[in-house]
Amino acid sequence: MMRDARPLVDALREPASVEALSGSQWTDLISIARAESLIGSLAHRLERVTMPGRVRAVLQDAIGAHDLARQQALWEADCAQRALADYPGKIVLMKGTAYVAANMSAGVGRSIGDLDIMVAREDLTVVETALLDAGWEWVKPDPYDDQYYRDHMHELPPLIHRERDRMIDVHHTILPLTAGPTPNAGAILNSAVRLDNGLYVMAPADMVLHSIAHLFADGDLAGGLRNLWDINHLLRDFAAADEEFWAQLDSRAKVHGLVDELARALRLAAAVYDTPVDASLAGRSALTDSLYVRRLLARDGYGRETRKFTRFAFYVRSHWLRMPPLMLARHLWTKWRKGGKP
Amino acid sequence: MGGMHQILLKIGPAAFRIASAWRQPLEQLEALYQDYPQPTGEHVDFTVRLEPEKPWRRHIRPSVHIGGDFWLPDAAPLPLTQGLLAAEMGMNLQMALGWRRHLLLHASSVEKEGKALIMTGLSGSGKSTLSGMLAERGWRFMGDEFALLSLDSGEITPFPRLISLKNKAVEAMQQLAPADRFGPEMKATPKGDIRHLVPPKEAIARMDETARPTLLLFPRFGHAPELRDMGQAEIFVRLTQASTNYVALGEAGFHALTRFVDQVPTRAMDYQSVEQAEELIDSLWSQLP
Repeated sequence: MMRDARPLVDALREPASVEALSGSQWTDLISIARAESLIGSLAHRLERVTMPGRVRAVLQDAIGAHDLARQQALWEADCAQRALADYPGKIVLMKGTAYVAANMSAGVGRSIGDLDIMVAREDLTVVETALLDAGWEWVKPDPYDDQYYRDHMHELPPLIHRERDRMIDVHHTILPLTAGPTPNAGAILNSAVRLDNGLYVMAPADMVLHSIAHLFADGDLAGGLRNLWDINHLLRDFAAADEEFWAQLDSRAKVHGLVDELARALRLAAAVYDTPVDASLAGRSALTDSLYVRRLLARDGYGRETRKFTRFAFYVRSHWLRMPPLMLARHLWTKWRKGGKP
Repeated sequence: MGGMHQILLKIGPAAFRIASAWRQPLEQLEALYQDYPQPTGEHVDFTVRLEPEKPWRRHIRPSVHIGGDFWLPDAAPLPLTQGLLAAEMGMNLQMALGWRRHLLLHASSVEKEGKALIMTGLSGSGKSTLSGMLAERGWRFMGDEFALLSLDSGEITPFPRLISLKNKAVEAMQQLAPADRFGPEMKATPKGDIRHLVPPKEAIARMDETARPTLLLFPRFGHAPELRDMGQAEIFVRLTQASTNYVALGEAGFHALTRFVDQVPTRAMDYQSVEQAEELIDSLWSQLP
């Protein structure tokens, strides 16, 4: 039985490596890829590799499922655009929807759940009202949660559409307001790139830095292999398209206060997916890099989460990064009294 | 991480790995599925995981959480004595959420001379019991849970898993089928009292043989015997509700389902006993082209 997610990473990096897999190893690989939401990406990567018929059918199913996910994500973006037809500001698509709307390789086979958009912070009320008018509703009616989002988060409390049952997250920046770094949201909106349909996506360096912020600060590295796979694609594509890309990435990381996060992400992408990265931006490897890799690969051949202690350490760390100690204590206390999980 | 036991099962076109923290549900599965073939090359489509709900629930009042490649966030755990049911629910869940090679209809089906009778309806309509009964009276059993409608040929592919009998249906089937084909008794499960029945040998041996859908019934138990025509629009909408993957298949699902509704004669059938149902079915079947 596979003890960690290394074989998935190997298959993504070097598709021919799967030709040596036995039947039970294929089963493990499929369970790991499904659990890490990378089955669609894997299926596309392995399209030209020889494999047993049943495995081929499983991967073909994944391609079909993700084709539909892509169509639904674009449709959802379209719905939001129509709901905001009277809003004059920029609507910037984020994450998965941005990758498929801009036809990027990071979008191929990618799983997409919610629609994530970013607008100017001063316009949040206008955007929120327009979405509520068009059939979106609050998911979290709890007043504490609602107020917490409004005071401290980088996005509105999530909204769900009452007919299509799809969620939208309306962001005004890329990190919680309580986190250490304060990215420059205005700069992101200013340099956003317009698509043919009138929606926007972030400029290359911002897009990478958002993906990195999402990987580290906005979670406990859950889904980290998938996020890092996004980063791998973005870096390869942008670096190939523009010689100035690394210099832009450097200067934007300084603008957003994400220099250390960028360095760490570059080292992890290089370590896990062999991504070619700029050596001076990546910096010297740190002892803790191997802890991150250990956490990223914590998944066994049954698709189960492993390394409970490492996971918990990163979970605590994610909350630590998200808010100052006293606030964290108050937040966990309130959540605990409400009987929910922190 | 606790250790896991595992077995592989092939049911119709789908192959499963069932992994469990306990041996007991797997031993029961092994005994009940002993006549089924093994997946070739040990390749499977889905993994089902039966795990303790919390680490200490492996031994103390053991409680089974149903997980796997596809899962629902709020699935209620079952006591270990219902582990077999948990495994069956886990396999159904994988099919319902993950299978894309057919349009899945929540329906039972039986076959005669290459022609399939499909029965769909809400839980309690009797579709499962009827398929089990007909399987003992000259029909070939194809499945009591999902009818797999091909996206291109329009044929039905069997998915003959164990027949899941509930409450009074258990006793009724014990009159017809030998005792060694029944699984353990599971009282007061979330689905009522449950007992599984191994399908007849022929159903297992011929589980790769497809059949042409020839008659669709919406049975309803407990009303005076009657057959009613139904409008195509109603049939279509009710089948979209009875399908677990109609939306997920997009256009392919729409084409398969519209062709099915166009081509397959359909009736609503009320009945109060299996004998009445059999009589109504025979009369309809004899009038088919």
